[in-house]
Amino acid sequence: MTNRSVPLGFAVLFGLGLAACGGDKPAPQPAATPAPVTAAPAPEAAKGPLKIAFVYVGPVGDAGWTFAHDRGRKEMAAELGSKVATTFVENVPEAADAERVFRDLIGQGNTLLFGTTFGYMEPMLKVAPDSPDVKFEHATGYKMAANLRTYDSRTYEGAYLAGVVAGKMTKTNTLGVIGSIPIPEVIRNIDSFTLGAQRSNPAVKTKVVWVNKWFDPPKETEGAQSLLNQGADVLFQNTDSPAVLQTAEKAGKFAFGWDSDMTKFGPNAHLASAVINWSPYYKKAVKDVLDGAWKKDASWWGVKEGTIDLVSISDKVPAETKAEIEKLKAGLKDGSFHPWTGPISDQAGKELLPAGQTADDGFLHKIDFYVKGVEGKVPGK
Amino acid sequence: MDGIAPLIASTLSAGTILALAALGLLINERAGILNLGAEGMMLMAALAGYATCVHTGSDTLAFIAGAAAGAASAACFGALVIWFNTNQYATGLALSLFGAGFSAFAGIKYTQEKLPERPRFSIPVLSDIPFVGEAFFKQHPVVYLAILFTLALSWFLGRSRGGLVLRAIGESPESAHALGYPVRRLRFTAVCIGGALVGMSGAYLSTVYTPLWVEGMVAGKGWIALALTTFATWRPARVLLGAYLFGGVTMLQFHLQGQGVNIASQWLSMLPYLATIVVLVLISRDINVIRINMPASLGKPFHPTS
Amino acid sequence: MFRLEVRPQPSATMAWLSPILALAVTLVVGASLFAMLGKAPLSALAVFFIEPIKNGYAWSELAVKATPLLLIALGLSVCFRSNVWNIGAEGQFILGAIGGGWVAMQATEESSKFILIPILLAGIVAGAAWAGIVAFLRDRFNANEILVSLMLVYVADLLLQYLVYGPWKDPAGYNFPQTITFAATTKLPKLFRGFRTDIGLLIALSTAAALWVFLFRTYAGFQLQVGGLAPAAARYAGFSSRRALWTALAISGGLAGLAGALEAAGPLGQLTPYVPAGYGFAAIIVAFVGRLHPIGAVFASILMSMFYIGGELAQSRLGLPKSLTGVFQGLLLFTLLACDTLINYRLVWHTSVKPNAQPEATLAKPSVKSPGSA
Repeated sequence: MTNRSVPLGFAVLFGLGLAACGGDKPAPQPAATPAPVTAAPAPEAAKGPLKIAFVYVGPVGDAGWTFAHDRGRKEMAAELGSKVATTFVENVPEAADAERVFRDLIGQGNTLLFGTTFGYMEPMLKVAPDSPDVKFEHATGYKMAANLRTYDSRTYEGAYLAGVVAGKMTKTNTLGVIGSIPIPEVIRNIDSFTLGAQRSNPAVKTKVVWVNKWFDPPKETEGAQSLLNQGADVLFQNTDSPAVLQTAEKAGKFAFGWDSDMTKFGPNAHLASAVINWSPYYKKAVKDVLDGAWKKDASWWGVKEGTIDLVSISDKVPAETKAEIEKLKAGLKDGSFHPWTGPISDQAGKELLPAGQTADDGFLHKIDFYVKGVEGKVPGK
Repeated sequence: MDGIAPLIASTLSAGTILALAALGLLINERAGILNLGAEGMMLMAALAGYATCVHTGSDTLAFIAGAAAGAASAACFGALVIWFNTNQYATGLALSLFGAGFSAFAGIKYTQEKLPERPRFSIPVLSDIPFVGEAFFKQHPVVYLAILFTLALSWFLGRSRGGLVLRAIGESPESAHALGYPVRRLRFTAVCIGGALVGMSGAYLSTVYTPLWVEGMVAGKGWIALALTTFATWRPARVLLGAYLFGGVTMLQFHLQGQGVNIASQWLSMLPYLATIVVLVLISRDINVIRINMPASLGKPFHPTS
Repeated sequence: MFRLEVRPQPSATMAWLSPILALAVTLVVGASLFAMLGKAPLSALAVFFIEPIKNGYAWSELAVKATPLLLIALGLSVCFRSNVWNIGAEGQFILGAIGGGWVAMQATEESSKFILIPILLAGIVAGAAWAGIVAFLRDRFNANEILVSLMLVYVADLLLQYLVYGPWKDPAGYNFPQTITFAATTKLPKLFRGFRTDIGLLIALSTAAALWVFLFRTYAGFQLQVGGLAPAAARYAGFSSRRALWTALAISGGLAGLAGALEAAGPLGQLTPYVPAGYGFAAIIVAFVGRLHPIGAVFASILMSMFYIGGELAQSRLGLPKSLTGVFQGLLLFTLLACDTLINYRLVWHTSVKPNAQPEATLAKPSVKSPGSA
């Protein structure tokens, strides 16, 4: 294989390729401003639809996180009709490649970009200053810029409501959670689930396993099976596939759907699904841009705004529990009920929230502990 | 003690995936062909089996489809390696990479599909025995089939004329050729049959173990199966035991997590891979063990010269 | 019916025609795939192959993507030529990022610009050490390097996860799994203002030149190659296969580690769980498509990067699925291997199907029998 004509062959190949380019010989433009900006056409065109792009970390068919975002996109586009033109790019990893995708979308004329996962934070921050006329919306992040703001869903409210159901339905008093990645949101959801369950059934305990991925059905199956083997009879998840529900169905136990309504994947096992609905926020965000009312702020929407809900509650759940869920939802909507109301202690018994006091957003963002009733240690502490 | 019976049951199920794939690879390797494409073959077969089950609802057809997909891709590999004499390692790797890309591409519309209602299996009387019943007798038929395959392959290799010929081809294809055996055709047959088994493993993964399709779902099991054949010194019974061992280690990491063991989950997740390395080292360290057991022509191209 | 016949000597024409043929077949299959998916084949091909080289920005992105591929592929070329099958370059890449990242985390705003040198050195050492484990286990215990290096990829990935979720997590990062962003002084100097291309490109190209010299102009390189091509001859000549093993793995591990450190200090600027990008495996294809030749690797890495970037663009412009990139890459390697056969064999059309035709012909005209035919 040591052949001198190898380089020749490749050179011929590339000569042909370059010729096919039509003489558009690439050369860096030293004195010009950064190419991405010059490549972008004049944004904020008053005529024509607003071009919006969504960047997804997973496949739209995952029945989970990305699926929920895409559903939001579709509903928003349906309502706003000809005022908007949306595109999406899926399976963009949370790494250096994301930056290129964002720049290319800007170069294509998109002036409103949605980055739908935490890992796009740094790439978006790098791109935002170069395109001051483009608006960036980042989901589940915490850093902002003049033209970049964050939005998030109070998934912990859905987790709490699911917990209320779980506490009622468990017979072994052992609940199992298949955790994805040990970030604060997921820890908060595990805690909220447990707090909700303790409301119905103070004796419950929660076991947790981590698959260290957002989406990995075989691992989720193994984790779920392991929890069932260890005595859990109601499963909850923060991962994005229906594998957990299917495992519960096969074993004749209970589980919840997450991110989307997963009833069909386990009709006998399904107790309820905590569904994220991004369309209320997407409609608002797009209207902000269309009306010129876009402001840099952080939105964290929950049951009140319609971003999270517990749906398709099974008929196996007793009527009084269903009624209680409705009451709690009403309380969330009018602000009279807060899931994180003291007394709340950590595993060691130290009281972190005194009786009657409700946690503010700052407290909620920093949760890195398990509440009493959760077994095991928070990874990485 | 509670939780042990379900743990055993899960281990058997997880181990079957590895066992079927490793047995298929063993057939290949006994004939002298090293097929690094196991991962890609399993992915394509998993998709084929899953798609078949979605459209027909039949388990059996899904397994046949998986086996066919495995055999077909193995045939492409075999043709290149046996008749075109391409480098076995490179061709196998190409198959792995292609299989990963192709299955991801072709499987897009199946990502949100759900399989029809799965039947539950249990052997009538035996599964009611406490502990043992739950541990051993509530498995999918393919789990028992894997055990049968192991026994059959052991017998075939050790006691049948066909097995002798296969082993001869693996040890010294030149001698077999001189004796008049159609070495290349026999190798090709071995590659295809081995591929069919690997395909069944993939179909089992996507229709029984995790009844879902997602790209890349094999997640390295093909490579572990390759390691298993070396680990088991190319003996079918050892392959089966090794497969169960690895299935068990995989389940164990979650078990330990759930018990609140104070080790970071990532170290626990490393267990199967570290175990593979350790076992490989233990097996290989005596060069004579390798010399005696490894088919001598493994990985080397064969040029018939008569 | 077609038959393959051994050529009297390897065909020089086919040696450079083969990759072109392979690419052509891949393109044809690609065009038909596009047609099946309902997209205009030519414009889809244009997105894959013309868009990524359309202007300066595009070329700079190509360079950013190609640099790690090239570095790793160079190391793998050396390895594969020596018949050492290092499949674990991805793991060595990760270790390089970890090593380089660790040094980068020690840097502060006041550190000298030259902190880059220890960062890159740390990456090389870490990658070489990880590959050294493979070498040691093969040297001492005869453990198959394919399997060991591959298992170590998974271990390396989990090690990275452990570090970014645990001890190396940014304390001000709201418990998210990432390290601190490295200080500005650690950033790789960019080559052209406004583009992401950094000096990594220069490093990669000079490594290609250096390896060309090593393989084809030094005695050590010669020994490595002979060891791979004809082990018996090498043994007879007294070339140490053990030294070849360690050299090959140290070089490929070191280069993969260098690529990892360059990624961490360059485009990434921190360590996250998403450092492993599959470059270690794609580089295997690059090495083969480049015929295990340093110059070939340069072109092959550009081609491979075009597949990657083209796939991304095809997604956002045409709505084609991202997995097409993987299909193209695998297909290219397959067709290349098949076309490579034509270097040593030629396709001949045989009309006679009579059994024993050959021996008769041989008996009738013994002087026509060409050497090497069966």
